[in-house]
Amino acid sequence: MTRRTNLLKSLDWWTILLYALLVFLGWVNIYAAVYNEGHQSIFDISQRYGKQLLWIGAAGFIAIIILIIESKFFSAFAYPTYLFMLLLLISVLIFGRDVKGARSWFEFGAIRFQPAEFAKFATCLAISRYVTQYNFKIHKIKSLFISSLILFTPMALIVLQGDAGSALVYSVFLLVLYREGLSGIVLFLGFLAALLFIFTLLWSKLTILLLILSVSLIAAKLSGLKWKNFGLGILIMGAFSSLIWITGKILNLHFSSYFIVIVSMVLCIIPFLFFTYKQKLRNVAWIILISFCSLFYSFSVGYIFSNVLEQHQRTRINELLGIESDPYGAGYNVAQSKIAIGSGGFTGKGFLNGTQTKFKFVPEQSTDFIFCTVGEEWGFVGATVVLLLLLTLILRLLILAERQRSSFSRVYGYGVACILFFHLAVNVGMTLGLAPVIGIPLPFFSYGGSSLWSFTILLFIFLRLDANRLELLR
Amino acid sequence: MNNFSNRIYVIAGIFILVVLVFIIRLLNLQIIDESYKLSAENNSQRQVTQFPARGLIYDRNGKLLVYNQAAYDLMIIPRQVKQFDTIDLCNLLGIDKKDALKQIAKAKKYSYRKASIFLKQLSSERYAVLQEKLYKFPGFFVQPRTLRKYPRQSAAHALGYLREVNNKEMKNDSYYSQGDYIGKSGIERTYEKELRGEKGVEIFWVDVYNRIKGSYKDGKFDKPPVSGKNLYSTLDIGLQEYGELLMSNKKGGIVAIEPNSGEILAKISSPAYDPEMFVGRAMNQNYKRLVQNDSLKPLFDRSMMALYPPGSVFKLINALIGLQEKVITPATRFECHNGYHVGNFTMKCHSHASPLDLIHSIQLSCNAYYANVFRSILEYPKYGSVQNGFKVWRKHVLSFGFGNKLGADLPNELNGFIPTTDYYKKKYRRENWRALNVISLAIGQGELLITPLQMANMVATIANRGYYYIPHIAKYFGDGELIDAKFMKRKQTSIDSVYYKPVIDGMEEVISGGEGSTGRLAAIPGIRVCGKTGTVENPHGDDHSVFVAFAPRENPKIAIVVYVENGVWGARYGAPIAGLMIEKYLRGEISQSKKWLEKRMIEADLIHKKKE
Repeated sequence: MTRRTNLLKSLDWWTILLYALLVFLGWVNIYAAVYNEGHQSIFDISQRYGKQLLWIGAAGFIAIIILIIESKFFSAFAYPTYLFMLLLLISVLIFGRDVKGARSWFEFGAIRFQPAEFAKFATCLAISRYVTQYNFKIHKIKSLFISSLILFTPMALIVLQGDAGSALVYSVFLLVLYREGLSGIVLFLGFLAALLFIFTLLWSKLTILLLILSVSLIAAKLSGLKWKNFGLGILIMGAFSSLIWITGKILNLHFSSYFIVIVSMVLCIIPFLFFTYKQKLRNVAWIILISFCSLFYSFSVGYIFSNVLEQHQRTRINELLGIESDPYGAGYNVAQSKIAIGSGGFTGKGFLNGTQTKFKFVPEQSTDFIFCTVGEEWGFVGATVVLLLLLTLILRLLILAERQRSSFSRVYGYGVACILFFHLAVNVGMTLGLAPVIGIPLPFFSYGGSSLWSFTILLFIFLRLDANRLELLR
Repeated sequence: MNNFSNRIYVIAGIFILVVLVFIIRLLNLQIIDESYKLSAENNSQRQVTQFPARGLIYDRNGKLLVYNQAAYDLMIIPRQVKQFDTIDLCNLLGIDKKDALKQIAKAKKYSYRKASIFLKQLSSERYAVLQEKLYKFPGFFVQPRTLRKYPRQSAAHALGYLREVNNKEMKNDSYYSQGDYIGKSGIERTYEKELRGEKGVEIFWVDVYNRIKGSYKDGKFDKPPVSGKNLYSTLDIGLQEYGELLMSNKKGGIVAIEPNSGEILAKISSPAYDPEMFVGRAMNQNYKRLVQNDSLKPLFDRSMMALYPPGSVFKLINALIGLQEKVITPATRFECHNGYHVGNFTMKCHSHASPLDLIHSIQLSCNAYYANVFRSILEYPKYGSVQNGFKVWRKHVLSFGFGNKLGADLPNELNGFIPTTDYYKKKYRRENWRALNVISLAIGQGELLITPLQMANMVATIANRGYYYIPHIAKYFGDGELIDAKFMKRKQTSIDSVYYKPVIDGMEEVISGGEGSTGRLAAIPGIRVCGKTGTVENPHGDDHSVFVAFAPRENPKIAIVVYVENGVWGARYGAPIAGLMIEKYLRGEISQSKKWLEKRMIEADLIHKKKE
C-alpha cells in the first residue's frame, strides 16, 4: 500500500495532464473530421470517433498496467521485447495484409494492428539498454556498429513492408546518440547531406560544383592556408585539366567539361592532401576531404533519386520543392491541406463548421491530415496552442530525462522525446507543405488504435521509469 | 557521465526552432495570405444556374406556335472529376467510350474550372436513371434546359430557331455561357432578350463528391430566374399554313401584310422545312443536310432575302410618280405598236389595243406606255437634265421603302437596290447618260432589286393610298408590353393620296376588267380585289411569276405579294395563289367555284418537273 502511494506521488502528473489534454483534443478533432448529421451519438462505434473512444479507453488500461509493472522489468526485458518485435515485423511480411500498397498490418477479424508502431518503443528500449552497457564507447567502431544494427534491422524490415515513412522515424535516434556523446560533426554532416540533397535537385551540377568549391576555399583560407598555396593548387589543377583536355583531343575522345574538371580535381587533391599532411594543416585536409565527399555525394544523389526512390516518392519530393506542380494530381493532398488550414484564419471557423474537412476535400483527414481540422476549425490560435502543447510535452520529457539517475532511463527518455518530435515535425510539416508527404501519424491526435497505444506505451514506460528516477538500473 | 548534459540545449533548440518555423508558416497561411480562403470557397460552393422558361410564341389569334419541353444536359467540370467507371457511365448514357473520352478532352481544353457540356439533351427516362447514380461520378452534374417544341410544322423561317451560343457570342455578351441557347434567326433572334428572360442562380454547399450539402447561407445570395415573356405574333397561322400548302413543290415566297397596321399576316418561303428539325441532338446533322446537300436551299428565306427585279409590278410606281410630277394625267394616252420604238431602239410589247390611257395601261400592262411615262419624267425640262430628273424619280421611289432595309423586326432583311446617278455615271462612263440608257427601269427591269417584303410593303402603301407602317411580326408581349413604337408610326410617301385612285382603278381592272386583263385568276366573287401581274426576266430558265394584290378595294384588310420562281407569267401562278390567299383570309374558306383552281395550284410541281 505504501508502495502504491509512493508511485502515485512520484509520478509526473504534469506530463499525464498534457497527455490527457492532447488525447482529448485529438478526439474532438476526429469527431469534427468525420462528423455528419446522420450519426451524432459520440458512442456510435460504427463511426471513427466512437471507435477512437474505445481505443482511448484501452490506452488508459494499458497505461495503468505499465505503471503497475516494476521499472526493473523494462531494462531487464529490453532485448527480449526487441527480439519479439523483430519477429512480429518479420511475420507481418509473411502473414500481413496489404493496405494501400503496404504490407504492415495484422488482421484478427475486425481488429487490425500495425507492429511497426510497437517496434518504436521496443527499439527505444533496446538502444537504451545497449548504450548504457559498461563496455559501450560511443566512438568505438564495434559500439557504433552494434547500435547501428539495433536501429537498422527494424528500419529495414519496415522498409520491406513498404512503409518508408515509419522507417524514417528511426533516423531520429541520431539525436539520442548525440546526447550520449556522438560527435556533433555527425549531426552537422547529416544536416549538410540533407541540404545538399535538396540543392542537387533544385540546381544545376555546375552551380553545385561552384558552391562546394567556394565554400571549401573559404573554409581552407580560414583554417590557415596561404594564398601562395591556393595559387599553386589552381596551377596544378589547370595543368591537369589541360593535360586531360589535350589527351582527349589526341585520342579523339569527347570528354565532357564536367569530366575534365572532376578528374583533374581528383588528381589535384591527392598531392594536396599529402602536402597539407606534411605541413600539419590537418583542418585543411579535413576540409578537402569533406568537400570532395560532398561533391561525390551530390553527384550520386541524382542516381539515388532516380534509381533507389520509387516514383510516388520522387513526385512527392518534386512537389515539395516546387519542381513539379500538379495540384489536382500528386500535389492534391497538400494543396487541399493548405487550403483547409489557410481558410481557418485567425480564430477558425468554429467547431464542426469547417467546410473543407466536413465536406471531405482534405484526404485522410482523421489520420495523417488531422492537423487540417485543427487549423480550419480553430484557426491560428488553435493550431498554435496544439503545437505549443506538444512542444511543452516534448520539452518536459527532455527535462525529465535529464533528472534521471539511471542512464538507461535518460536515454530512453530522450528516445521518447525525439520520436514524438519527429512525428510532430514530419506530420505537421507535411500538412503545411514544408515536408514531403510521409504518412506518419500526429502523436495522440491521429485516429487509430495502434498509433495511440504505441505512443501511450512509449510515454508511460518512461513515466514508470521516471517514478523510480532515484534508483540506478542496470 | 553527465559530461554531455549541455547538449539538451542544442536538442531543445532544434525542437523549438522547428515549432517556431511552423508557427510562422501558420501565420502566413492563415492570416497573411488571403488566397486560401477564396480557394476554400471555390472548393465548397457550387453555383447552379437556374434557367428561366423561354417565352412562348402565339399567332395573332392566340394559337400556340412554340412552347418548351424539358431536356437535361449532362455537364462536366474537369477540375472536379475523379477516377470513375467510364464504362458504367457510357452504359448509363448509351454512348461510346471513345466519344466520352473525346468529350472530356474537349471540356478540359475549354476550361478546367468552368462547366462544359458532356452530353446534350438527355431524355427524361435516361435522366431518371442517371440521377440515381450521379454521386458515383464526381465532377458531373445535370443542367436542366428547355428545348423548343412546335405544335404545327409551319412558319419555320418566321419563327427562327435556337442554337448553342458560339465563342464570339459569349464574348460579346457575358450573359451567355457555354451550352446556352440563343435565337439564331426569325422572331427567336429579334426578340431574344424578351423571350429568354433572365437566368437565376442558386448557391449550394457541396462536398468533395460534388454532392449538395445544403443551401449556401440559407439562400441569401440566390437569385431566382425571371421567365421570358410570351410573344403574340402578327402571323395568322391558318393563312400561313394555307400559303405553304399552295406553294408546295414550288420555289418562291409570299408576304401578306395588313395595310392599316403593317402587321405581317403570313410570310412564306418555299420550300419550307420543319422547325422540329432544328431541335435536339439531330440539329447539327439536319443543319448540315439543309445547308450543304439541298440544292433548293430551304434555309434561304426567300420572302426577305431573295432579290428580284420587280418586273411590271413596278409600273404602278412609275404611274404614281408620273402623276405626282404631272408629266401625265389619268387621261394621258400613249400609242403602242407591239412596242416602244425610238430610232433603232425598241422595247417590245404584246399586241393590244392602242392608244391606251393610264387605267388601261395598267390593266393590259403596256410596256410602251411606261417607257413614255418614265422618259417624260427624266426629260422633264423643269429639272434641267436627265440626271436631275432621275434624282427626283429616285427620291419618290425611296419613299416607298425601296433601296433600304425597311427596319422590320426580322433579321436578315436586305437593302435591295435602286441605282443612283453615280452608279450610271460609272456604268456608262459619262456624266450625261440619256433616258434611253436606263429605260428598262420603266418596266421594273434593269438594275432594280427588290425583296418580296419591300414589294408587299409597296402594295400595302398603295392600299393605304400613300402611307405605310414598317412591316412587323410581333404584336405585343404576354405581359401587355407593346413592341417598339417605330412600328406604330405612319410613314408617308412623297405621292399625294389623290393620285392613287386612278392607279387603284387600273389595278381593279387587272382583276375584273374583262378581255385582256392579266390577273383574272385572282378574282373572288363578291370581293373587289385590286392587283397587278409581273414577270421577272430570268436569264437562267423560265421567267419568275410575280403578282401583287390587295383587297377589299375600300378599307383593305390584306396586301399580298406572291413570287413563284420559274412560274413564267404573273398570271399563271402568282395571280391564282394570291386570289386564293386573299379569299382564305377574308372568308376563311374557298368558294366552290374556285376549288378546281385551288387543287391545280396545290398540285402544280415546278421543282421536280424540271429535273425529269
